[in-house]
Amino acid sequence: MLSSIYTFAVFRAARSVLSFLVVIAALAVLWEVVKLLGGDPSEAWTPPFQWTVASDLNMPHLWDIAASFVEPAQRNGPPLGIVLVNAGFFTFREAFGGFVFGAVLGLALAIVFVHSRMLERALVPYVVASQTVPIIAIAPVVVIWLRGGWLAVAVISAYLTFFPVTIAGLRGLRSPDPRALELMRSYASSSRDVLLKVRLPAAAPYLFAAFKIAATSSVVGAIIGELPSGIRDGLGGAILNFNQFYVSGPPKLWAAIIVAAIVGIGFFALVRAAEVLFLRGRTAPSDA
Amino acid sequence: MTKRIGRYLPAALVFVGVLGLWELAVRAFGIQQFLLPPPSSIAAAFVEHFDELMTVGRNTLVEAVGGLVIGGVAALVVAFAIARWASASRALLPFAIAANSVPIIAFAPIMNNWFGILNPLSKMMVVAVLVFFPIMINTLRGLTLVDQASLELMRSYAASERAIFAKVRVPNALPYIFTALKVSATLSLIGAIVAEYFGGARSVLGQFIITEAAFFRFANAWAAIVVASAVSIAFFLIILAIERVAIPWHASARIVDSS
Amino acid sequence: MTDSVVRVRGVDKVFGIGADKTPALQSIDLEIPKGAFVSLIGPSGCGKSTLLRLIGDLTQPSAGTIEVNGKTAHRARVDRDYGMVFQAPVLFDWRTVQGNVELPLEVSAKDRAGRADRARAMLALVELSGFERRYPWQLSGGMQQRVAIARALSFEPAILLMDEPFGALDEMTRERLNLELLRIWKQTGTTTVFVTHSIPEAVFLSTHVAVMSARPGRILEVIPVDLPQPRNDLTREDERYFGFIKRVRERLRGRDVVRPGAAEVAAS
Repeated sequence: MLSSIYTFAVFRAARSVLSFLVVIAALAVLWEVVKLLGGDPSEAWTPPFQWTVASDLNMPHLWDIAASFVEPAQRNGPPLGIVLVNAGFFTFREAFGGFVFGAVLGLALAIVFVHSRMLERALVPYVVASQTVPIIAIAPVVVIWLRGGWLAVAVISAYLTFFPVTIAGLRGLRSPDPRALELMRSYASSSRDVLLKVRLPAAAPYLFAAFKIAATSSVVGAIIGELPSGIRDGLGGAILNFNQFYVSGPPKLWAAIIVAAIVGIGFFALVRAAEVLFLRGRTAPSDA
Repeated sequence: MTKRIGRYLPAALVFVGVLGLWELAVRAFGIQQFLLPPPSSIAAAFVEHFDELMTVGRNTLVEAVGGLVIGGVAALVVAFAIARWASASRALLPFAIAANSVPIIAFAPIMNNWFGILNPLSKMMVVAVLVFFPIMINTLRGLTLVDQASLELMRSYAASERAIFAKVRVPNALPYIFTALKVSATLSLIGAIVAEYFGGARSVLGQFIITEAAFFRFANAWAAIVVASAVSIAFFLIILAIERVAIPWHASARIVDSS
Repeated sequence: MTDSVVRVRGVDKVFGIGADKTPALQSIDLEIPKGAFVSLIGPSGCGKSTLLRLIGDLTQPSAGTIEVNGKTAHRARVDRDYGMVFQAPVLFDWRTVQGNVELPLEVSAKDRAGRADRARAMLALVELSGFERRYPWQLSGGMQQRVAIARALSFEPAILLMDEPFGALDEMTRERLNLELLRIWKQTGTTTVFVTHSIPEAVFLSTHVAVMSARPGRILEVIPVDLPQPRNDLTREDERYFGFIKRVRERLRGRDVVRPGAAEVAAS
């Protein structure tokens, strides 16, 4: 029974990976077709149009981007691929830290709010308002407070990740049938038991839906957090760096963006896999 | 009326309390300006730089709204186009969800190169790409996650696909679209500010904050942060108000929800 | 039997393909005369809803033919001969009560000018005048189901198909709506096919009760219920009413063997 659910999930995952690859391939073809029509002229081919967007500066050839991975990032340095993979892991560590901080804080807030109407009314508006504060602006302050390092970026990233967890957690903890809560009351169970045996299990599908959003946000938060904090070991630093020297090597910036995309999608896929394993097909009612 | 006051009283008390504590703490412990300026300095900076703050706020808002319009229209067009082919929607949805987990902000320098670093369009395009996927995904869900019984009812009237689309799918999608728009309102402003970080016109919120912070005028930077939040809350509330008018039947309009 | 509105002949319905094939209905013959009120009753999973959906052309038979008003079921659907009422009211949240009742008139683009009047008249028929501008969520379950009935009748369909319409309601509401449905049926004379799992409800409402067997569903017998019309609360205390209930119940338990030809509605 269980194994068939997993087989089905694996089959579905394989199918979405496949269609994903098809779309990527289609985009790659489209990219080169645009270059063929409006890119820079070469010895072999003069495109019929001249589009600035499609110039080698703005849209480098895919093979140039691919080649940039094996070329050294700086003179006598390691290849760009190695540099970016290291930067990717660095950013992922920040993002993962931010994800964990955010998830714990978010769930803790949801549990507090579900038990105290007063605190909910007093604080939830600020939880919502907090997301309107541009974190890029407060990032430098946080970095000074925490004396830099990846931990500071993780905290900045947590600022983005706790929010969806709190909101979804609040909805999920409130989702059990009132009769289930009354049943627990008839057993004279403690509110801790109600939380552990009814509310949290009911909230699980909601929480995983939020974790998926949080995974994405945590990577965004980590990259944004690196920008103003002077941290140059991660992808945010790499993007900033290659942006400055864009004219001398456009493919490098594209390579950094591709690695950032892989980290983002990879983290999302990781949480999705955890969701499949943990929930075994239960889903939260979709949002509307 | 008293019920309304009772509802908002705790939040208002927290607001006043936090501001008071903040002011007190900064003064009592002598916290330096660059760590945290007291609310009184921020308020003073706000008054002093009011005109400039309004100008930079307006410029950034134009980028955000422009991006939201471009991205939103594109997302609606794509979602409406592919919702007609159920298999295409099913194949594309996972891709859209994956694309949504790409840190779009990484494209900001590229957009600067494509559309010109000084052209507001470069910031609008970052915002447009940022809001495209949430709106597209939600619209597609709204158009396709339709109650089977409703479809059966329409079939019993021998309704055309077009009638089903106009009378069932589109109204069903409206709450989903508004949910996405509310999220995108806040997202668009933050996206614009982050995009500004990668350079461009000086007279925008992002550049104002960077410059003031670089010269250690933190009260000014915080005043700009307050403006950014206020603008994005206002943007959110405007969309909320439109939603209440446009879909009065929806559950969110029936009960005053806590979020 | 030229006045038959529905004529089902030798219909089989098989779900699934290959090894997963499950026969749902087997050699169904049924004739429903004009103006009749026929209930389909049987154990869960006997295919009574499937039979209703077959008549309504919401699913197709694996074998056999279905004629409605002398046309194919498909033709009848395209001609908008059907008013459907489901177990859930299936009202559109985004439309007012009035708007919901007008929906089929809009879809069939019939009677553009008189649409609003027609909807109001139908709401009066189900005694919901004054609720036109409310939204469905502002109504109770019973009221919502009455809106669904008004919607089904708004375009004067030749035949009303009802799939356990009162199954989700409490007993008291159900009895009241039974009376109301009978009044509407008398008033409009619409041929009605009614799926239910309640024996008293079937007997009380129907001119004929078609008793079905467990999967694969077959029609065991069509019992004509000739209790006097119009029926009212007194009918529920009538000796003969209990007699019919007993007969249907015994048929459902399968005391009798299937009599050949029993599945034809006696000419009435």
